[in-house]
Amino acid sequence: MALRGDWMYENNGGTCVAIAGIDYCVVAADTRLSVGYNILTRDHSKICSLADKVVLASSGFQGDIRALHKNLAARHLLYQHQHNKQMSCPAMGQLLSNTLYYKRFFPYYAFNVLGGLDNEGKGCVFTYDAVGSYERVGYSTQGSGSSLIMPVLDNQLKSPSPLLLPARDAVTPLSETEAVDLVKDVFASATERDIYTGDKLEIVVINASGIKREYLELRKD
Amino acid sequence: MGRMTELPTKGGFSFDLCTRNDMLLKNGLQMPPFRKTGTTIVGLVFQDGVVLGADTRATEGPIVADKNFEKIHFMAPNIYCCGAGTAADTEAVTDMVSSQLQLHRYATGRESRVVTALTLLKSHLFSYQGHVSAALVLGGFDVTGPHLHTVYPHGSTDTLPFATMGSGSLAAMSVFESKYREGLTREEGIELVAEAICAGIFNDLGSGSNVDVCVITEGKTEYLRNYQLPNPRTYISSKGYTFVKGQTEVLSTKITSIQPKVEAVEGGDAMEE
Repeated sequence: MALRGDWMYENNGGTCVAIAGIDYCVVAADTRLSVGYNILTRDHSKICSLADKVVLASSGFQGDIRALHKNLAARHLLYQHQHNKQMSCPAMGQLLSNTLYYKRFFPYYAFNVLGGLDNEGKGCVFTYDAVGSYERVGYSTQGSGSSLIMPVLDNQLKSPSPLLLPARDAVTPLSETEAVDLVKDVFASATERDIYTGDKLEIVVINASGIKREYLELRKD
Repeated sequence: MGRMTELPTKGGFSFDLCTRNDMLLKNGLQMPPFRKTGTTIVGLVFQDGVVLGADTRATEGPIVADKNFEKIHFMAPNIYCCGAGTAADTEAVTDMVSSQLQLHRYATGRESRVVTALTLLKSHLFSYQGHVSAALVLGGFDVTGPHLHTVYPHGSTDTLPFATMGSGSLAAMSVFESKYREGLTREEGIELVAEAICAGIFNDLGSGSNVDVCVITEGKTEYLRNYQLPNPRTYISSKGYTFVKGQTEVLSTKITSIQPKVEAVEGGDAMEE
């Protein structure tokens, strides 16, 4: 059915969110994998740990997402061999953009949100479209529930316009627990109204002490 | 010479705008999606009557439009009908046949029969050639005993001991096929229906939220709205949200003062002019 004619993609649904804080970054995604009206699995992680301080969350076509994550992990390993250090978040951000644009004429059906800490230890979130256009922002969301979540984040995490001068910090002044609380609430709300979001929420928090994982049960209907 | 006679209205749909709609679609117009019910609806016959069940989710594409929608419609005091498909169509067709049944009860002086409702529904749907997208599970108890039927959008019907319809029908039917047997008791019947609806709720993305059940027996009907609520919200922020003035940026303000009120004249003769 998915290969009817020349349509090579499939949308496996799901939603991803990332929020940058002063000294932490929260990246979260639901764990439901679906196709059409069916659930393939309730326990599939959309989050990939690429480096010490870099985490990638992607929603869209899982076939392409698996390939993309594998590709980036391999490139990161090469980088580590050549430079004797881990990739920083902005560096990974650029690499992801280039990787996506490389397939400009047969894109990865992947909607990505990259989160981590930059070289100064501040929270860092990059948001992408399917072909590599990216921007550093204070928070972002991608996937089927993104249009339900983004307005709430816009309201609660008022991000200053990137056009303002002098350049203002996009990171939120909220504490880590407050940001995680917001993410949980916002996902519970998106689950109520989006059929492709639900089952379980995986929350990854990156801060100076490393990467921490937490789970929240969501509605399974 | 042209005679301008009014053609008598024949009823049914008018397809006059089809060419214009096709042209608009070709030019890139996005039609608003119909609200469909996604849905799992079921019915089964047990030893004393019939049990109907339905989920409560109404969807508009991938979005849940209503989390607690009533899909078990009243047809007569002894006949209820579950509806799947386009929500407007199921509502309209069941309301219409329900009214017709009531008029028929007044005319005949008797309790309505399920086959009457069935015939009215199937002839209406057939005459609309499937354009009225209503897939129904009709059940009731009349003088001839318990009855359960399915009605398809094109107007065909089946008479069955257990039935499921909607996008979750396969999930529900798998439960019925495993566990149904003749001569179920009332409790067993309700439990089986609830289990089938839950299978639809959890395994079909078009169905969700709560379980509605309706039990129809001789002389008594029980509509158990929200019989089960297996999907509570999993998390609510204890912090809550406050929206202070200025949180949503005001980009521009324009104030237009209201015109001064015109004085009403006592005992005015405006109507007599």
